Amino acid sequence: MLDVQAIQELVRKGRRYDAIFAIIGLFCMMIGILMLAVLLGGLVDDGAHRLNWTFFENFPSRRAQRAGILSAMVGSTLVMLITAATAIPFGVGAAIYLEEYARRNWVTNLIEINVTNLAGVPSIIYGLLALGLFVYALDFGQSILSAGLTLALMILPVIIVSTREAIRAIPSSIREAAYAVGATRWQLVRDHIVPYSAGGILTGIIIGLARAIGETAPIITIGALTVIAFLPDSPFTGEFPYLSFEWMKSPFTVMPIQMFNWLSRPQAAFQENAAAAGLVLVVMTLIMNGAAIWLRMRFRKRIKW
Amino acid sequence: MNMMNMMKRWVVGLALATVVSGVHAAAVIEIDGSSTVYPITEAVAEEYQVAMGGARVTVGISGTGGGFKRFCRGEIDIANASRPILKEEMIACAQAGIRYYELPIAYDALTVVVSKSNTFVDQLTIDELKRMWEPAAAQKITNWNQVRPTFPKLPLKLAGAGADSGTFDYWTEAVMKRSKASRGDYQASEDDNVTVQYVSRDKGALGYLGMAYFEENAEKLRAVPIVPPHSTNGAASGAANGAKKGVVPSAKTVNNGTYQPLSRPLFIYVKEKSLQRPEIKTFVEFFLTEGPALAAEVGYVELPANAYTLARQNLKNRKIGSGFAGVAEIGLTVEQLLVRERKR
Repeated sequence: MLDVQAIQELVRKGRRYDAIFAIIGLFCMMIGILMLAVLLGGLVDDGAHRLNWTFFENFPSRRAQRAGILSAMVGSTLVMLITAATAIPFGVGAAIYLEEYARRNWVTNLIEINVTNLAGVPSIIYGLLALGLFVYALDFGQSILSAGLTLALMILPVIIVSTREAIRAIPSSIREAAYAVGATRWQLVRDHIVPYSAGGILTGIIIGLARAIGETAPIITIGALTVIAFLPDSPFTGEFPYLSFEWMKSPFTVMPIQMFNWLSRPQAAFQENAAAAGLVLVVMTLIMNGAAIWLRMRFRKRIKW
Repeated sequence: MNMMNMMKRWVVGLALATVVSGVHAAAVIEIDGSSTVYPITEAVAEEYQVAMGGARVTVGISGTGGGFKRFCRGEIDIANASRPILKEEMIACAQAGIRYYELPIAYDALTVVVSKSNTFVDQLTIDELKRMWEPAAAQKITNWNQVRPTFPKLPLKLAGAGADSGTFDYWTEAVMKRSKASRGDYQASEDDNVTVQYVSRDKGALGYLGMAYFEENAEKLRAVPIVPPHSTNGAASGAANGAKKGVVPSAKTVNNGTYQPLSRPLFIYVKEKSLQRPEIKTFVEFFLTEGPALAAEVGYVELPANAYTLARQNLKNRKIGSGFAGVAEIGLTVEQLLVRERKR
């Protein structure tokens, strides 16, 4: 039998550990947050004054004051377009197949382990693979297409894993109900699985894309460090069929490469440009992550179970 | 379903893209190579694109070796080089049937720098530099007083170019007389700004970098005057070796040939086949006319006017190949080089 004092002692001890852990936890969190704040503060301090309209509408230049990020921003956007256009259908498709269609056996287990492993492969490895496959074997050259496909390969595992997580969160009673009223697998996927898991899928997609937009190593591997002072061909043309895919073959530069390039300049003014470009990149990533959170909230509200 | 429609559209788009991907984009002038030559080429490309409205030039930075690799695979039109083409690169080009013009475009001076706080280094001879940098010095020469007994007892810390750069090749060739012979225990970087940071913070540090980087950081660094080796000015300049005066790198000392052996010519290599395209012909012409002033603007030394005329003549007379026999030579003037027989 425990007496009252012993119980009180036990509770006190428990609370003490509680407080100690809370302090450790707070400390851990503060380190992360403070580092980020210092980093952002440094970027703002160095680069904020360079952020004006001409910075966004100028091409890179040897004069720091005249240099801008137009070609890098357009390049980043187009590369992301290709990445999204390939990674989303393939990633979501693969995940739906694995969850809803594939039979559970050692092959699917092997695939599952591999996909999870691929998410942890260093990005430079994807760059090397892409250099051999896209740039040389398929002869896409150092183009927007090669870069977009490379980044798509890189974020494919992220999208597959998060889509599967989202699909798994759907209660099996929904599936059973659909089958009970005679729905086929495809009808189930189309009318129930995809709409209900859309929030989770979109979050995964956007986290993947946010990672891809800041990626430098694989792009440097395939595209080298290149300075571009022109824009790719417009996707719209005046004559039939009014759409052109020439821009996919165009050489390109992206934001992180532009930053890297400016950082290696001797003039201090270029370091400020790099900081300003860094700010723009951080804001772009922030907007993407913000969109992910917003979409998740919106889709969650619609789900009623 | 919305999601499905989006997917469908993308799949169709992708299929279309694959169909048309065989067509090549509008004429782009592709340049790649040395990070040292890059600022000059970039400036020329920038002005050219302004002057020619709608012209497209890409300038890559893969290093001299990386640039030649792509050049000899036929991927690019012009290679930037901070050293002459090497024998194995000439062979690779010959095997691929790539013929080229070698055009010197400016001088660079490798500058030996110490921190502003370092006041004891008055000048250095090439022999002293060799003592610091040769492979045998690794882990042994670690103090300034081992370089010259009159120097204070202070740890010697070194910084310089990484092994992939043409700067490293030229430095080892000029100081050690053997390409790629250098001690390994120094702060090596492909980015000269790293060398600037490293040297400026440490009284006992010494590094080498391109003159443009020194000039931009002249408030943090000091350029060490370099005493030329005896063979270049002979006995005339003084009886004892110690009496010879060091030379500071500048446009003047580079051009009159006294800043030796650390001043070096920079080149562009133009593919003969590309030169048949009108836009590349105009670009190279533009390079030879506007290049000198632009090179000076970005911190390099322009060649004597005569050199650009000779380069034009070489283009006109179709003097294909390299003036070097695939070996880097030190202390050659650009005029001597331009009138030389070409080798392929």
